[in-house]
Amino acid sequence: MSAPMIDPASKPKLARLFRMQYEEAQQNWVLLYPEGMVQLNQSASEILKRCNGERDVPAIVADLEQTFNVQGLEKDVIGFLEIATERGWIV
Amino acid sequence: MSETPKIPPPLWLLAEVTYRCPLHCVFCYNPLNYAANKKELSTEQWKEVLRQARKLGAAQLGFSGGEPLVRDDLEELIGEAHQLGYYTNLITSGVGLTEARISKMKELGLDHIQLSFQDSTKEMNDFLSSTKTFDLKSRVAALIKKYDYPMVLNVVLHRYNLDHIGRIIEMAVDMGVEYLELANTQYYAWASVNRDQLMPTREQLVRAEATVQEYRAKLGNKLKLLFVVPDLFEDKPKACMNGWGSVFLAVAADGSALPCHAAQSLPGLTFPNVTEHTMEDIWYKSDAFNRFRGYEWMKEPCRTCPEKEKDFGGCRCQAFALTGDAQNADPVCGKSPMHDVVKQIVLKTTNRPVEEKPLVFRNDMNSLRIASEVEKQTS
Repeated sequence: MSAPMIDPASKPKLARLFRMQYEEAQQNWVLLYPEGMVQLNQSASEILKRCNGERDVPAIVADLEQTFNVQGLEKDVIGFLEIATERGWIV
Repeated sequence: MSETPKIPPPLWLLAEVTYRCPLHCVFCYNPLNYAANKKELSTEQWKEVLRQARKLGAAQLGFSGGEPLVRDDLEELIGEAHQLGYYTNLITSGVGLTEARISKMKELGLDHIQLSFQDSTKEMNDFLSSTKTFDLKSRVAALIKKYDYPMVLNVVLHRYNLDHIGRIIEMAVDMGVEYLELANTQYYAWASVNRDQLMPTREQLVRAEATVQEYRAKLGNKLKLLFVVPDLFEDKPKACMNGWGSVFLAVAADGSALPCHAAQSLPGLTFPNVTEHTMEDIWYKSDAFNRFRGYEWMKEPCRTCPEKEKDFGGCRCQAFALTGDAQNADPVCGKSPMHDVVKQIVLKTTNRPVEEKPLVFRNDMNSLRIASEVEKQTS
């Protein structure tokens, strides 16, 4: 199954089944869902935190690039959003 | 000498708040002698368990039993758990889940409900649970959706319902559930007593798996189908609990802390009670939780096996039940010198006697009888 293409104009947000929170004991962010948990690495959690249903993809990229003072994140961000969509984390 | 690996924190807390249950399922995993010990932690004691385990790192919390709804302080515990930041799961038969209770639980922050069905037909559901609960469960399923909870439908599979798997999936689609857990029976506790009757044939399993695949292709992401393969038909053992004392911590109704919900079947282990020890000591320091951690305890063929970091030698309870020694390799493994025991169990399903012994239902009378038989044998 190929990953779904991301429409840059879409405004992704966390799917209803998932809750994202920081876990002190693990020192990382997690996605919680019925009887399960996804442990997120730093880049995944920084992207997902910005998926609030109000920002489109370029706005998410711009915000990340500004916050971390780097350029050229678009490809990585879209790659992650495709995986996250395929796994049902975001809609 | 290599450095001792750091023990990771628990992530999953299973609170078996009671062993009381209105159902009498023939595959129940509660201890066979549950009726001989009716002690239950108080509301305050459970709250303390929740607080300490959350502090250790547990993020997922299951309220289970028995039937957790028989405790009328369940709402209070859900409220406390939500405040603490748990993702809260209610694992229920549905009996006792009124609209008043489900709406209160929503308000208090319950995240998800797992509802069990025994079959897609009223006759088989009611027979296997020895109750008339099919219609009630159907009403509860509708209530769960009405209150917009995500829902896992859990159906334990065996010889008597595997051939209905297509209808079971259709039932889940009609109910609008998000996940359908098709859990082939694991043969512990009550299911082990009824193993010869409940074991399906290999042909049944192959057909069922093919049906699941067809529906997966058809349904896509609309409904997630989890098909838990019965390990007795395999030759690779399951990575039981993802390793002993690695992520999972269960607390039984009386406060015994368990590395796995079937662990009370293992002899020679004393399970620390939460009323006498802190959760931190229990998780990191108790003999019960350390007994099968890491790889030092292993015998051959596990000890030198390249798979040991993937499957942890399989299941300790199954190793004990089928080989008499919990330190042996799980005999499901093709490399186990006792793998033949498993093959014989599977072979038995192809030539079952015409006259079979009756199923043993999980109820107080049977439990007390089994408890007294064990006592006679050991005294």
